[in-house]
Amino acid sequence: MSRLLEGVYEAFQLIVSFDPELIQIVLLSLRISITAIIIATLIGVPVGAILGLKPEKKTRLLNKIIFTFMGMPPVVAGLIIYLILSRQGPLGILGLLYSPTAMVIAQVFLASPIVMGLTMVGIRAKGSEIEETARSLGANSALATWTVIRESRIAILGAIITGFSRVVAEVGAVMIVGGNIAGRTRVMTTAIVLETRRGNFELAIGLGIILLALSFIINSILYNIQKGGKSDD
Amino acid sequence: MTDGVLLELQGISKSYNKEVLSVDRLTLKKGQVYGIIGPSGAGKSTLLRIINLLTPPTNGVYLFEGAPLPTNGRELLKLQRKMSLVFQKTVLFKDSVWNNVAYGLRARGYQREEVKERVSHLLEHVGLADLSRRRADTLSGGEAQRVAIARAVAFDPELLLLDEPTANLDPVNVELIENMIRTLNHEKGITVIMVTHNGFQARRIADEVIFINQGRIVETGPAEKIFSNPEKESTRMFIEGRMIF
Repeated sequence: MSRLLEGVYEAFQLIVSFDPELIQIVLLSLRISITAIIIATLIGVPVGAILGLKPEKKTRLLNKIIFTFMGMPPVVAGLIIYLILSRQGPLGILGLLYSPTAMVIAQVFLASPIVMGLTMVGIRAKGSEIEETARSLGANSALATWTVIRESRIAILGAIITGFSRVVAEVGAVMIVGGNIAGRTRVMTTAIVLETRRGNFELAIGLGIILLALSFIINSILYNIQKGGKSDD
Repeated sequence: MTDGVLLELQGISKSYNKEVLSVDRLTLKKGQVYGIIGPSGAGKSTLLRIINLLTPPTNGVYLFEGAPLPTNGRELLKLQRKMSLVFQKTVLFKDSVWNNVAYGLRARGYQREEVKERVSHLLEHVGLADLSRRRADTLSGGEAQRVAIARAVAFDPELLLLDEPTANLDPVNVELIENMIRTLNHEKGITVIMVTHNGFQARRIADEVIFINQGRIVETGPAEKIFSNPEKESTRMFIEGRMIF
């Protein structure tokens, strides 16, 4: 217990002194996970909305595939992306393995099905009646779909939050495709694993505290955004 | 094109696993208020959805102002924009009353100033001005239905379709909505088709009544005639409350 408290104390020392190594790891983690969740949102929300507006019986197989990918173990995702990006793989020529780009790709692969699946479920709940209301008021297909997305924003933000929580906290995929290279691909989760193995608990705990705090801040911001709906008059 | 005819349906039918609606012929004139009455599951809502182009018919001819249904998507949207439908279950957007009423105008590309003018005038006219900044999801049932009707007429449709607009409302709100419908018909000349379970309501509001039973139009005619001297026995049974359904 004293070891943990000691670790927490030293972790706070590192945080308040803006330890350069810690800052670099945190910023890289955020850059990768935020980029990944933006891309996953751009893919997942429109596809999820379109699927959510189709009758369930027409998308049954796709639903099963998406739900399967939602629960994909990160190490399996990492392995697949590794094989695609490795020198012998179909995209090996791009030389992306062990780069932040590879880590973004792996996280997009993990987050997209989550955003897509939860958006689809959220929209299916009320999407068709919102779409019909929009169409009965003269909306074209694009506006009707946008209205459904807008009206389902709480469910969609929930999907994005869940996707972000998944990627920012995962370690397996980024470890495999990023390699945990210091100063290049080391992120919070991979650093925590490494520092714990080395016995450097203060840095590991410091990163853990920051990870939790960042997650709290981002979730709070997204939660507050849900309370939109201002009048334009 | 026949003068004064807004909509004509010929041989329109709709089937899912079995046929739910079959209309040999229905002609609706401009400026009239039509009441569609009939028991539950008679096909009344399906007819409204077909008229509003939300549900495509399985067969038949649809003529709006004498013109057949366009095949081009843009023209179809143009036609759909001549009418609006208020559903039985009110769906207001999670936004202010003002933005709800402005929705159809913005969808049609009205300029900001015109949107402002029309929405404020309409809200004033229907007694909803005080609610303009309220979030629509905080309204009572009656207020929500009045906003839904205001939203549906903001862009001056030629045809307003109402599916049980006063179901589950208290008498005060029923009267408010009935007055609103009369005013819109008299002052703006909007043709109204209203589905209702309530024969008394159809008699109060409608110029013409259409009685539907088991997916077929049984009888149509002036409201007074249908209610005082119906031709068909099933119409009489429904009106007298003797129809078991």
